[in-house]
Amino acid sequence: MNELARTQADGVRELIAFRIGDQEFCVDIMSVREIRGWTPATALPHSPGFVLGVINLRGAVLPIIDLSSRLGMKAADPTARHVIIVAQVHKKVVGLLVDAVSDILSVTSQNIQPTPEVSSELDKSFARGVLAIEGRMICLIELEALFKSSESEAA
Amino acid sequence: MDMNEIREIFFQECEEQLAELETGLLALNDGDTDPETVNAVFRAVHSIKGGAGAFALDDLVAFAHVFETTLDKVRSGQLEPTHDVLKVMLKSADVLADLTNAARHGDQIDQDRSASLVADLEALARGEGVSSGEKPAEAEPEFTPVPVMLDEPQSADFAPVPFSFDDFDDEDTAAASGFVVTFRPRAELYGKGNDAYLLLRDVAKLGAAKIACDSSDLPDLAQMDPEGAYLSWTIEVTGLADEAPIQRVFEFAEWDCDLTIVPSGDVSAVQPAEEIVLMAPIETPAPVKAPTPVITPAKPAASVEDSGMVPVPFDLSAFDNLTVADTIAPQPVAAPVAATTAASAPVAPVISIAEAAAKRGVDPDAADRRQGGDRRAAETVAPTIRVDLDRVDRLINLVGELVINQAMLAQSVNESAAGTSAINMGLEELQQLTREIQDSVMAIRAQPVKPVFQRMSRIVREIADMTGKSVRLVTEGENTEVDKTVIDKLAEPLTHMIRNAVDHGLETPEKRLAAGKPEEGTLRLAAKHRSGRIVIEIADDGAGINRERVRKKAIENGLISADANLSDEEIDNLIFHAGFSTADKISDISGRGVGMDVVKRSIQQLGGRISIVSKPGEGSVFTMSLPLTLAVLDGMVVSVANQTLVVPLTAIVETLQPEASKIHRFGAEQRLISIRDTFCPLVDVGRVLSFRREQADPVHGVAVLVETEGGGQRALMVDAIQGQRQVVIKSLEANYDHVPGIAAATILGDGRVALILDVDAVVAGSRGDQARPELSLAAVG
Repeated sequence: MNELARTQADGVRELIAFRIGDQEFCVDIMSVREIRGWTPATALPHSPGFVLGVINLRGAVLPIIDLSSRLGMKAADPTARHVIIVAQVHKKVVGLLVDAVSDILSVTSQNIQPTPEVSSELDKSFARGVLAIEGRMICLIELEALFKSSESEAA
Repeated sequence: MDMNEIREIFFQECEEQLAELETGLLALNDGDTDPETVNAVFRAVHSIKGGAGAFALDDLVAFAHVFETTLDKVRSGQLEPTHDVLKVMLKSADVLADLTNAARHGDQIDQDRSASLVADLEALARGEGVSSGEKPAEAEPEFTPVPVMLDEPQSADFAPVPFSFDDFDDEDTAAASGFVVTFRPRAELYGKGNDAYLLLRDVAKLGAAKIACDSSDLPDLAQMDPEGAYLSWTIEVTGLADEAPIQRVFEFAEWDCDLTIVPSGDVSAVQPAEEIVLMAPIETPAPVKAPTPVITPAKPAASVEDSGMVPVPFDLSAFDNLTVADTIAPQPVAAPVAATTAASAPVAPVISIAEAAAKRGVDPDAADRRQGGDRRAAETVAPTIRVDLDRVDRLINLVGELVINQAMLAQSVNESAAGTSAINMGLEELQQLTREIQDSVMAIRAQPVKPVFQRMSRIVREIADMTGKSVRLVTEGENTEVDKTVIDKLAEPLTHMIRNAVDHGLETPEKRLAAGKPEEGTLRLAAKHRSGRIVIEIADDGAGINRERVRKKAIENGLISADANLSDEEIDNLIFHAGFSTADKISDISGRGVGMDVVKRSIQQLGGRISIVSKPGEGSVFTMSLPLTLAVLDGMVVSVANQTLVVPLTAIVETLQPEASKIHRFGAEQRLISIRDTFCPLVDVGRVLSFRREQADPVHGVAVLVETEGGGQRALMVDAIQGQRQVVIKSLEANYDHVPGIAAATILGDGRVALILDVDAVVAGSRGDQARPELSLAAVG
């Protein structure tokens, strides 16, 4: 209880770090509902390439997004070793396909550095900063931006 | 149960009463003359008023009271329910609904509107604009203030009260100093837990009261029904200027008793003149013969030379004496009238009083009929209970999961090959039971579309008022039942369409007259069941779609190219395109930036379709077809390009194995299949849904013949049919977005998601690129 109060006062955020290929990313833990293994998805017609399809999540229909493809990297070839991060974005629940979940990070805003100027348009619009943790570079992804931009892009 | 719950129940009941009120008023408007209809309307307002009073909703009570007073005039036949009167009443019903809603949610309402209606209603209640031929006009000048001689003996300082007989039905002018109330409870009164004693006590509180009980109807003990009602009372209340307080006391008992309230001045008209004469406006001495010394006849006031007031010694305590009270017959109305017809000058008013009394005397009979009606209704209407919708929804969701689980269980037993015949029989029974449970559960939530239709009649009234058009709404099939989930979502598109039909569809009265049509436009709203769906039609007899204008507008908006060759049907359908509005100026009514495209979208989201048929000069018909429920669907499970899809069974006409000889090429891409000598276009589902690029060979697949919205048939090509089953509909939109060609998703026995085909969209998608612009909308978020 005390610790919680202190972390909040210090502006400490908890992030879930995961891996796609050889890169590391993280998202805010508050938007993550659960983490589960990959199950084959039912393809959706006329959907963008990064939408792998839908799966049954205890009676609800859950769309699965290939995050690698969404971030402009090469499309994933999902296997049983892949992991789905079930996240809530706005009022919708989506599954994000990643290679593996690595750890949970507690960081303060001082730890988060601004995204460096790079030419990659996608990285700039989704990335909310980078973290340097134990020599690793982890990119913080803003899920809401991820879906907002996809909406405006599509429309 | 706390106060809020009781309050909520009151508002739920209000909704029902309001619906009943509107139904009744509309029936009256259509020429229904059944007194029971008027009574039902009156009762509805009365109940709302009563309930609102209990919750101290003063605005509601005040308005309902005025409304009720006017309705009472209609009920008593003093006010003719003409169209003009009913127009005011319907508006009042709308305001009453608004006030109820305002009270429920604590909102503000348009005070001006209700105030102006109160004024209208009061004008009607006063009888303005209604013939007042009943009043004996010539008698009035002759019959100036008659002092009423009624007093308790001990009260020494009796002041004569001027008394005018000009209008006894108007509470305000009846300035009598007292009333005689005869109160004869029926068994029902006691049956509903009312107590005559409490009512009498309340009356007694209103002023000095003398109460006499009439036990003459009391049978011998042996014949007595212990639950019967044999006693009646006569209450003489003095010191009251107005009978309203007395009516209020009996407000909730009046249906179950015979009640007459007569100003004590004209008791002579009610009481047999020979027996009790409190005041005798009659010259003939014949009726004045008092049977007992306790009641002394007064001198005939109007005719006697010493017209000064003489306090008459009158011992009301005698009323307490049952033997005397025995002589008080409560309802011999006709007798005194006959007795007084021979009398001179003051007779006319007396007769009019007698008439008024006779009218009241009729009331108990009407109440009897009502009672009878209620009893009959109670016998035919099955008892119901109120259930929280959340509980029903939860049950339905659980049953949905049960159906999926049952399917999964059946599938795994089949796959494991463990099924003995006993297990298989058990599984089959389980399947049947789940199915029955599901049907019954769905039936709980099925409701008639009537409330939605009723809301539309109000919208029509409002828009007709705003546009200055005269519109008659005809509704059909309002008892057609459909799942509550559909009903809830029906109101919005329907409102838009009704608005549109009145605003754009119907012409102005001048234009209609010029076109040789009746001034009043007709809007028909009909619902019916057709092949497992509910079909709602909105038909107007307006000018129809102006195709030239639609075309011009579509070219202006860049929807079609200037040289596009479109059929009439295609032009009509342009109005469903986004951003399309033909109204030259955007009106306040239908032009809130929402067009028919939004209507189409919301209907599509419900798994429904909308189409239009328009004839220039004759009007347009919009047809909506919706699933009966948004929860389950009977479907055929098919496979297409390694994907499993569900085709709604309602769309399927037949399935067949195409033979190579029956397939004909038509142009570069199209293929037709001949079925019993008619050619039907083949639609490759896999290609329309972009599951594959190349057309599959029809000979290796199965053709599913479907009926499309427009009435034509198409053959959908699928690879194989897996089976037929009931599936639970799961929304794709909840977490994703609308997918063109796909109506919804479901979960099959293997636990995987399967998509439910939107047959019409697939067919439309195959026809050309109509559906293409939407394709890019398929994005996450």
